[in-house]
Amino acid sequence: MGNASNQLPPEPPRVDADGERSAPVVVDTPSPLPLAMETKTGTDEELETIELQILTEAVFRRYGLDFRNYAVASLRRRVRLAMMEEGAQTVSGLMERLLHDPPAMERLLLRLSINVTAMFRDPGFFLALRQKIVPHLRSYPFVRIWHAGCSTGEEVYSMAILLQEEGLYDRCRIYATDMNEVALQRARDGIVSCDQMQEHSTSYLRAGGHGSLSDYYTANYGHAIFRAGLRKNVVFSQHNLVTDGSFNEFNLILCRNVMIYFNETLQNRVHKLLYSSLRRYGVLGLGRKESLRGTPHERDYESVDELERLFRRPK
Amino acid sequence: MVSKVQLVVIGTSMGGFRALESVLGGLSPDFPLAIAVVQHRGTDVAQSQLSRLLQLKCTLPVNECNDKEAIVGGRIYLAPSDYHLLVDEGRFALSVDERVYYARPSIDVLFESAADTYHQGVLGVLLTGASADGTRGAARIKQRGGTVLAQDPRTAESPVMPQAAISAGAVDHVLPLEEIGAYLNVASAVHR
Ligand SMILES: C[S@@+](CC[C@H](N)C(=O)[O-])C[C@H]1O[C@@H](n2cnc3c(N)ncnc32)[C@H](O)[C@@H]1O
Repeated sequence: MGNASNQLPPEPPRVDADGERSAPVVVDTPSPLPLAMETKTGTDEELETIELQILTEAVFRRYGLDFRNYAVASLRRRVRLAMMEEGAQTVSGLMERLLHDPPAMERLLLRLSINVTAMFRDPGFFLALRQKIVPHLRSYPFVRIWHAGCSTGEEVYSMAILLQEEGLYDRCRIYATDMNEVALQRARDGIVSCDQMQEHSTSYLRAGGHGSLSDYYTANYGHAIFRAGLRKNVVFSQHNLVTDGSFNEFNLILCRNVMIYFNETLQNRVHKLLYSSLRRYGVLGLGRKESLRGTPHERDYESVDELERLFRRPK
Repeated sequence: MVSKVQLVVIGTSMGGFRALESVLGGLSPDFPLAIAVVQHRGTDVAQSQLSRLLQLKCTLPVNECNDKEAIVGGRIYLAPSDYHLLVDEGRFALSVDERVYYARPSIDVLFESAADTYHQGVLGVLLTGASADGTRGAARIKQRGGTVLAQDPRTAESPVMPQAAISAGAVDHVLPLEEIGAYLNVASAVHR
């Protein structure tokens, strides 16, 4: 993009009464500007960092979507991909489009919410749920479970299958939430592509599955459609962990591979939200490489399975 | 000339385990810098075993990186399988974004984020591999003023990856495998 800022200062644009720009008519010259504007920032990335901060602030104020405390490195990467896709040369160029063109914001929202997920992702985690958490859940007449950041629902259907096999499903209510409405709709539909079904089946078995994963879906034109019974007790709903509050008390909360996109400030805030949403003896499950270290409730949990990142709130 | 290196990033795929053994095993016990490593999974050894096996060969502590783990000098951080490893202001960050060149972790993702964060303080090393991954990241490191080493393709089990970066002009020094550890020792001494 041509940028005249470090060449001769351009005539300031005139603004008519109706807000239209018009060709400048030479009248009195404006006070002289220095010929070469000095910049306070050295490198391109420093400038880009400023632009990113302004972009997230602008998006928050315009759309109420708060990415201000997302982890910078992956945010920057996603925004650069969006710039390529939108044909914007700079972050500021992208911002202009986002502010004036809501569909462009919708596309960015999809880009910023990474929906990559899988059935029985990390089979060891689901095996630990089955062996260590299910027995504890059996002692309750009614069990509430929250999948925070459920994406397209694979994690939720995995849980539903596990609970059915353990004969617990009918006493459970599962709340599955995500900020991304498009992903949620796919979760509600319960349709996944057949491409990954082989992998999913393997994970299901490694997670201690009693039967065959194909017992739980019907294949149709390259897609697998989960049996409707699996979502009988599931409530899918939009919920943003940054801007929305606690909405219930749960026996089990899974928040896996969601907070990795947040910086530490935001992680700490969300950890408070999760902790306050757990009942006594409630269990929190995190992603395989997420830890409680340095979070405000680090000492308020006891570990149920250190390796699989399952923690219990003692009281 | 290497000046004030702050972080070493290493990428490798096919044949990478032996190459890593050689490079990391050759580091001095008081090597002062943090080293982040992406080894494409499903190559020589199961990823879950990688840190344990490498630890047998290294005096520096090796571990699979956790999200938001602080970057501490004298430690070796491995990208966990199925996560991208990114560098983010004094900490590592993980992501499960789409694969890059069929790979997660991706070398490009690590190298680019390192270059964006530590600029000329990054020393990138591309070892043996049969992938196009790494070239973009190496170019970014160079563009931001950092330094890139490539294993001499003639000494590589698979020459494709280092050769791609060399051909793209994204490499400062080409070294035989057995000299890379020594180079890192010297570069880190300059840092002190
Ligand atoms: C990588 S997926 C994780 C899916 C699943 N939990 C798993 O581990 O396979 C991350 C999800 O977090 C959601 N997410 C990101 N920021 C969020 C926020 N502020 N509130 C709620 N969900 C969010 C994204 O929309 C995305 O669906």
